[in-house]
Amino acid sequence: MADSPAPLFEAEHVTRVFDVSGPWLQRITSGEKRRSLRAVDDVSFSMSKGTTLSLVGESGCGKSTMARMAVGLYAPSRGKIRFEGEPLSAARADARLRRRMNMIFQDPYASLNPRWRVSRIIAEPIRAFGLLRSAREIAARVGELLLQVGLQPSDGEKFPHEFSGGQRQRISIARALSSEPEFLVCDEPTSALDVSVQAQILNLMRDLQRRLDLTYLFISHNLAVVRHMSDRLGVMYLGRVVEIGPADEVFSAPLHPYTRMLLDAIPDLSMSGRSRTPVAGEVPSPIAPPPGCTFHPRCPLANERCRHERPEYTLSGAMLVACHAVAEGRRAA
Amino acid sequence: MALLEVPLLEVPLLEVEDLSVEFPTRRGVLKALDRVSFTIETGEVLGVVGESGAGKSLTGAAIIGLLERPGRIAGGRILLSGRRIDNLPQDELRRIRGRRIGAIFQDPLTTLNPLYTVGRQLAETMQVHLGLPDAEARRRAVSWLEQVGIPAPAERVGAYPHEFSGGMRQRVVIALALCAEPELVIADEPTTALDVSIQAQIITLLRRLAREHGTAVMLITHDMGVIAETADRVAVMYAGRIVELGPVQRVIRHPAHPYTEGLMASIPTLEGRPGGRPGGRLCRLRQIEGAMPRLSAIPPGCPFSPRCPKVFARCTEVRPELMAAGETEAACWLYAPALAEAAHG
Ligand SMILES: Nc1ncnc2c1ncn2[C@@H]1O[C@H](COP(=O)(O)OP(=O)(O)OP(=O)(O)O)[C@@H](O)[C@H]1O
Ligand SMILES: Nc1ncnc2c1ncn2[C@@H]1O[C@H](COP(=O)(O)OP(=O)(O)O)[C@@H](O)[C@H]1O
Ligand code: SF4
Ligand code: SF4
Ligand SMILES: [Mg+2]
Ligand SMILES: [Mg+2]
Repeated sequence: MADSPAPLFEAEHVTRVFDVSGPWLQRITSGEKRRSLRAVDDVSFSMSKGTTLSLVGESGCGKSTMARMAVGLYAPSRGKIRFEGEPLSAARADARLRRRMNMIFQDPYASLNPRWRVSRIIAEPIRAFGLLRSAREIAARVGELLLQVGLQPSDGEKFPHEFSGGQRQRISIARALSSEPEFLVCDEPTSALDVSVQAQILNLMRDLQRRLDLTYLFISHNLAVVRHMSDRLGVMYLGRVVEIGPADEVFSAPLHPYTRMLLDAIPDLSMSGRSRTPVAGEVPSPIAPPPGCTFHPRCPLANERCRHERPEYTLSGAMLVACHAVAEGRRAA
Repeated sequence: MALLEVPLLEVPLLEVEDLSVEFPTRRGVLKALDRVSFTIETGEVLGVVGESGAGKSLTGAAIIGLLERPGRIAGGRILLSGRRIDNLPQDELRRIRGRRIGAIFQDPLTTLNPLYTVGRQLAETMQVHLGLPDAEARRRAVSWLEQVGIPAPAERVGAYPHEFSGGMRQRVVIALALCAEPELVIADEPTTALDVSIQAQIITLLRRLAREHGTAVMLITHDMGVIAETADRVAVMYAGRIVELGPVQRVIRHPAHPYTEGLMASIPTLEGRPGGRPGGRLCRLRQIEGAMPRLSAIPPGCPFSPRCPKVFARCTEVRPELMAAGETEAACWLYAPALAEAAHG
């Protein structure tokens, strides 16, 4: 990866703040202050073509917000996102660039128009971007896409409700692929699916990646799934990426105490008798995050410095870690 | 009377025999559970796994008498300490539910009453089912909050459910299910709505409390990892039937039924499997082709036969019942001694 050319996608110090104040009038009358929520806080990463970067973390840590910014559905409050070196806002304005990125959502039920036939759902981006003109060409392409995701061309005649969850996710993938994108943001694409169906979809996504040289930004809360999909892995906590690096290293030698806790929390299927310590406590409210390192109330290594000073990134081998203990070389007792 | 309540030692705590549940629809009767049989011993944790729609929740609902209409028990028997409970009048069933059988559901908000403090809900449950006096019930409510790990229980006892986070609410639900000291708790996806880190906390808690209080648990989940860490035995469901039943270690390490085998292989694991490609990513997951049949189109014979890599003639004709398969039981013709020979030779 180090010798690869300019990255396809870059996020630089990206922050997204939401206004979560009460209604305007209520604020005026009760003298309540404006409140804001920093859903994504100073996140930076880059991705080269044909690779997968995954973001993991607990609910509410900012994964979906980052995903939405990556395809331009939200604008960052601060920071820059670049696609092939161009600022994303410029890229989105250019239809030729816009068609090169797409998104797959968690809920295959909600993301498909129930009143449209599957063929129309899949053909819509082809028409919108004017990729093909004649009805016959479009129909042929739709049939090809359906085959590519393991469905039959004749399935195009049906409506979404006639399919199972896994089949609907295949339809979403076919639709996402119809504009011939290179960059796909996948937000929990298998979280609503059963494991046996999940295996089918994950295999399909990997086959497609290899065949079409796709780049994935893959969002999940399931570390075992991420293990199967990622080249690089970023762990998020309360809006920050606390550890990022080659996936193999994050899994084999996690440095950040939160990453270690997450890995520890996964039920052990092999029943190797590995001793587990459940993560203590819960994620604090993102509206009033703890000062210093936001993980300190749950961290076994927290000390006075952690409670006051926000940790900057330390480069440790190929990994970037935001933790005082790692920077100071402190270890678990 | 009191003497009759003492369970006979030879009788399992719960026996489910040939339980069938059906839904009449305009296009005919759908059989959602088809002759499901299993037992749960006193203090045992039985895991029930299977994919969405396999019949896990219905099995639990039938046992606690909470089947939603038009669903109905179409056959079989359910016995608690040797006494039938599937044909009891509603009020008697309601008394058993809560007192002898507790329930924990996926969404804590379906169990908790938003209008009452958690302390009042715990105290009332104990008053109704254990006949405790007021003060004692309130004292125990605090103690239960403490047992399920709510910080500052004496203060939180006056809080309403919405003042708790999701994980805390599920802890309260566990307290509520256990406080009447039931012999059996039916937990239907108790951690599915929670974050991974919280899931581990809740499962550890449930397992510890069940052990301390000698409570048997029927743990319904689609997460094999949760079962692996918690259950003594596991029942694998597919298309409304139990296809494999056995000690959890055996079922996970040496699954006998081809469906269980496929299911186990399709679970991504952290440890990974050999054959990872350069760049560090692991090999393809094994997948079972196709999908579980709809209730309206369950094939004759073995319901897994259209997807089974080992299918042979008899599978599509005659339904296999659970039979001994090494250290587990599997509903699969591969384990019928005479037939297996015919299939392989
Ligand atoms: N009201 C109903 N009418 C018709 N069929 C029903 C009804 N309720 C449940 N079923 C069917 O019964 C079968 C078993 O349902 P059940 O809810 O027990 O599945 P499950 O294993 O718990 O699935 P999940 O994990 O999705 O909750 C499914 O095929 C379901 O579609
Ligand atoms: N449109 C919005 N307005 C206000 N807050 C939001 C909005 N979208 C997300 N948030 C908040 O931002 C945080 C991160 O959200 P999200 O990225 O959706 O988390 P995840 O996907 O990791 O579960 C959460 O606390 C969430 O409540
Ligand atoms: S900075 Fe301190 S509190 Fe934060 S993770 Fe590191 S050791 Fe723990
Ligand atoms: S009975 Fe036949 S089809 Fe069914 S699981 Fe066994 S071998 Fe496969
Ligand atoms: Mg999300
Ligand atoms: Mg269910």
